[in-house]
Amino acid sequence: MGGDSKYLGLWYVAPYVIGLLLFTAFPFVASFYLSFTDYDLLSKPEWTGLDNYQKLFTRDRTFDKSLKVTLAYVFMTVPLKLAFALFIAVILNYRLRAIGLFRTAFYVPSILGGSIAIAVLWRYIFADTGLVNMMLEGVGLEGVNWFGDPENALFTISLLRCWQFGSAMVIFLAALQSVDKSLYEAASIDGANKWQLFRYITLPLITPVIFFNLIMQTVQAFQEFNGPYIITEGGPLKSTYLLPLYIYDKAFKSFDMGYASAIAWVLFVIIMVLTLIAFWSSKKWVYYAGDKRS
Amino acid sequence: MTAMPQISADTLANMEKQRRRARISSTFRYSLLIIVGLIMVYPLVWMFGASFKTNAEIFSSPSFWPKEPTVQGYIDGWKTSTPYTFAKFFMNSMMIIIPKMIGTAISCTLVAYGFARFDFPFKKIIFSTVIATLLLPNVVTRIPQYLLFRDIGWLDSFLPLWVPSALAGDAFFVFMLIQFLRAIPRDMEEAARVDGANTLQTLIYIVVPMLTPALISVCLFQFMWTMNDFLGPLIYLSSVENYPISLALKLSIDTTEAFAWNQILAMSCLALAPSLIVFFMAQKYFIEGISTGGVKG
Repeated sequence: MGGDSKYLGLWYVAPYVIGLLLFTAFPFVASFYLSFTDYDLLSKPEWTGLDNYQKLFTRDRTFDKSLKVTLAYVFMTVPLKLAFALFIAVILNYRLRAIGLFRTAFYVPSILGGSIAIAVLWRYIFADTGLVNMMLEGVGLEGVNWFGDPENALFTISLLRCWQFGSAMVIFLAALQSVDKSLYEAASIDGANKWQLFRYITLPLITPVIFFNLIMQTVQAFQEFNGPYIITEGGPLKSTYLLPLYIYDKAFKSFDMGYASAIAWVLFVIIMVLTLIAFWSSKKWVYYAGDKRS
Repeated sequence: MTAMPQISADTLANMEKQRRRARISSTFRYSLLIIVGLIMVYPLVWMFGASFKTNAEIFSSPSFWPKEPTVQGYIDGWKTSTPYTFAKFFMNSMMIIIPKMIGTAISCTLVAYGFARFDFPFKKIIFSTVIATLLLPNVVTRIPQYLLFRDIGWLDSFLPLWVPSALAGDAFFVFMLIQFLRAIPRDMEEAARVDGANTLQTLIYIVVPMLTPALISVCLFQFMWTMNDFLGPLIYLSSVENYPISLALKLSIDTTEAFAWNQILAMSCLALAPSLIVFFMAQKYFIEGISTGGVKG
């Protein structure tokens, strides 16, 4: 399309650039600035230097607790969810009958999972006299205090995320189905068993998808809000008080915008550092087709 | 000659063994899938059944089948504790979803077309911001966004909930459409250009028809995610008359007396119904969309 002005493409991407500047770039910079201020919405933001951060890291016990809970939540849900998604995808990848039916059954919870209605449902099925405990008692076991006990509450919230393993599974399944079958045949002739086929052919070939899922799931898990907000409201004893809940409370309940921005930035830096580590380490374990390193 | 039958008997025994092993492992696989499938789906089935139960029955039987089916939960739940019925909240959800879907489809098409088919100054830098926004946690931009919408007087309106998306704000969709466009051969577009069509005409008459399946995926995902969105409305909408379904459900949990679970479950079922219907009507597009672009969720 040689005759066009070289700026023509810029016109097409203009909506994106405007949106980016207004709704992403500007807020991004502004929140960094706000994190160094005291701002209650009524008067102008007042510069307080590093006060917010100092308070966060030295005097704020709620932040300590919330950070620990968040890290525990992410490091519990992400590996569990991905491992399960991969496991089920591998099983579905054997040419089974009714694969479509199973895929649908496993995928539906991911479609609905973020909904408040599902959080409501979770609250009822894990209630003291809810579905799960009724079933446990039905087979002679003792019911569990799923939400009331600080030891269990985070686990119960985590189950909700793991229940939504379907979207990661569909991505894994698509990758598994695109693995060149002739590779398996060649290796089988050389005497490789099933585990070896999986370990040395399948797994390396799907590392890009594992990497993609890992990053996306981690970034999302750090931002979980609906589940704990509806189901436990962060309790009991703040055992499910994830950082996004704390940020929400600080910003939109106490209107402490500066302090909330500082927490948001700490969360952002944690996510960014983990993402960078993942990208950096990916050179060592992610395989890209056509790559010289094998 | 005499050894021949011996060998084939061995081979037969071996084949039989292998076949049996294959049968056992496939039985194992199916059982596992069925058990997992039941665990996945039973909570939803139970909720649907429970929405037709009486309050007393909900917490007394793990079976999903209501003994004395009643639609009282739906009738009472629909009325809500507010001056409005649930119809109002469904309408509000649509008032957000429809402009958001249309705006997303149009803006993301234009932008993806720009990236996939043109060279322009700063293209590399601008494209790298698409990837960066894809990974940028919203949590870090949310507070200033709120302040921005407050300053331009958009609080308690639907605008903050869809305008950013209508400016191609969901980098994921832009990325997905670019991937899709890159895989489409350009011959037809070039032929159209030779015949004198300008780039916009080429986009509308040649590219968009080919892009339709991807655009359907975009709209469907946007529909689901917007139906599920809770934090956005929670922050921006303050008056009940503007509440979408997600907020209305939260309100009904907060305001319904502790024993009216059947109403809440009934309204939860209704809240999930649009997403479920759309999903089953267009499942193919979801699976394709998620497999080409990769997806969050």
